[in-house]
Amino acid sequence: MVEGKIAVSLPLSDGVIEKLRAGTQVLISGIIYAVRDAAHRRLIQSLDKGEKLPFEIRGQTIYYMGPSPARPGQIIGAAGPTTSARMDVFTPRLIESGLKGMIGKGERSAAVKDALKKYKAVYFVTIGGAGALLSKTIKKSEPVAYEELGAEAILKLTVEDFPAVVCNDIYGGDLFEQAKTRYRRGG
Amino acid sequence: MREIKSSVITEAVAVLCREANFELGEDVLAALKKAEQVEESPPGKEILRQLLENARIAKEESLPLCQDCGTAIVFLEAGQDVHIVGGDLNKAVEEGVRRGYTDNYLRKSMVRQPFSNRVNTKDNTPPVIHTEIVPGDRLKIILLAKGGGAENMSRLAMLKPAEGRQGVIDFAVKTVEEAGGKACPPLIVGVGVGGTADTVMLLAKKALLREVGKPNPEPEIADLEKEIFKRVNDSGIGPMGCGGRVTALAVHAEVLPAHIASLPVAVNLQCHSARHKEIVL
Repeated sequence: MVEGKIAVSLPLSDGVIEKLRAGTQVLISGIIYAVRDAAHRRLIQSLDKGEKLPFEIRGQTIYYMGPSPARPGQIIGAAGPTTSARMDVFTPRLIESGLKGMIGKGERSAAVKDALKKYKAVYFVTIGGAGALLSKTIKKSEPVAYEELGAEAILKLTVEDFPAVVCNDIYGGDLFEQAKTRYRRGG
Repeated sequence: MREIKSSVITEAVAVLCREANFELGEDVLAALKKAEQVEESPPGKEILRQLLENARIAKEESLPLCQDCGTAIVFLEAGQDVHIVGGDLNKAVEEGVRRGYTDNYLRKSMVRQPFSNRVNTKDNTPPVIHTEIVPGDRLKIILLAKGGGAENMSRLAMLKPAEGRQGVIDFAVKTVEEAGGKACPPLIVGVGVGGTADTVMLLAKKALLREVGKPNPEPEIADLEKEIFKRVNDSGIGPMGCGGRVTALAVHAEVLPAHIASLPVAVNLQCHSARHKEIVL
């Protein structure tokens, strides 16, 4: 544990989500699912058809990430976040289906922020471009679905003390807005 | 006429892919260290510290700096007295990228057909190749591993000539502000001014290859860089958008002559993981 950071165990309970505020630094431990662009499209297609999803999404946390390949004997390659905004078009639907946490980088759409408030879910950001560093917090990686997508396959990851910051909370708090207000100079 | 074997080119490109993805350049590291010292925001400072730690781990353990190992963009400066033997130059470069990305466990991020079924080519080919014929009998190869996040936030504007210098500055600043945390700041901001719609973006991209923070030798252009740099760093976006003083590590601008009707401006954004390596054969 690092001073000033809150330990968060997954899956996220409503009680924990209620305590998280934009700007809070956290260390996340537990199971997260790596899901990015192409896999999001497929999840939505499955929901449209009324099919069962390849993992139970209710209560879970998704990490927007497609790793580099593991070398023999490695758990995973570099494993930093990708830009969350590309998932915005799919995300409210997944939140409605029970998704509670998302980890990525960069700003979200108004629709996503509204869904976080309405359904009690939280969006975290982590350090883009720190793929080597973040890979050290991943203790286990198991394929879940869509292996033919290569780097975009869904993975079940076990993480310990994965560093992140609460970006959008259930109260409408927004890390990026706060940051700009605080550090902006001039007009 | 000097002969260079295509197999030598393949091997050189493969090595550049590896070096670019595992080792940040000394200039980028120095810029990140300086940023870490001047950054006032606690989260911003912490992120910069972690990026330096990330670079150390990547180099020591041969782990990619970033899981997005990029589109392989290859700049060739071919001396007019060079004769490539033993095979097609472009194929030799492509094979180098294939081997470099496969042998070093780098992520393959290219899809064959971008607007429909997006099937991964599984070997990170094709690369983007820009070839220039120059005097001499050497072949210079520069490999830029360009991540998708920052490239996605790059923009082109065909301004009216009356918008002038202020128009150029405003467009560059607006591009960085709209990119926010998505393009992985602190950025290197490549700005191309002039030329045509096609050449201006290439100009902006080539500006990214300059040593980080080295001003344009032309004083008027260096002043333009300075002003954009100040405005961008006053935005408050900071490292990864988490707030702070360091939104850009540098602004590099390059200029070309333009048509009497035109003032093209291109902004090509480079994330902090500025990965390029070069070799002269």
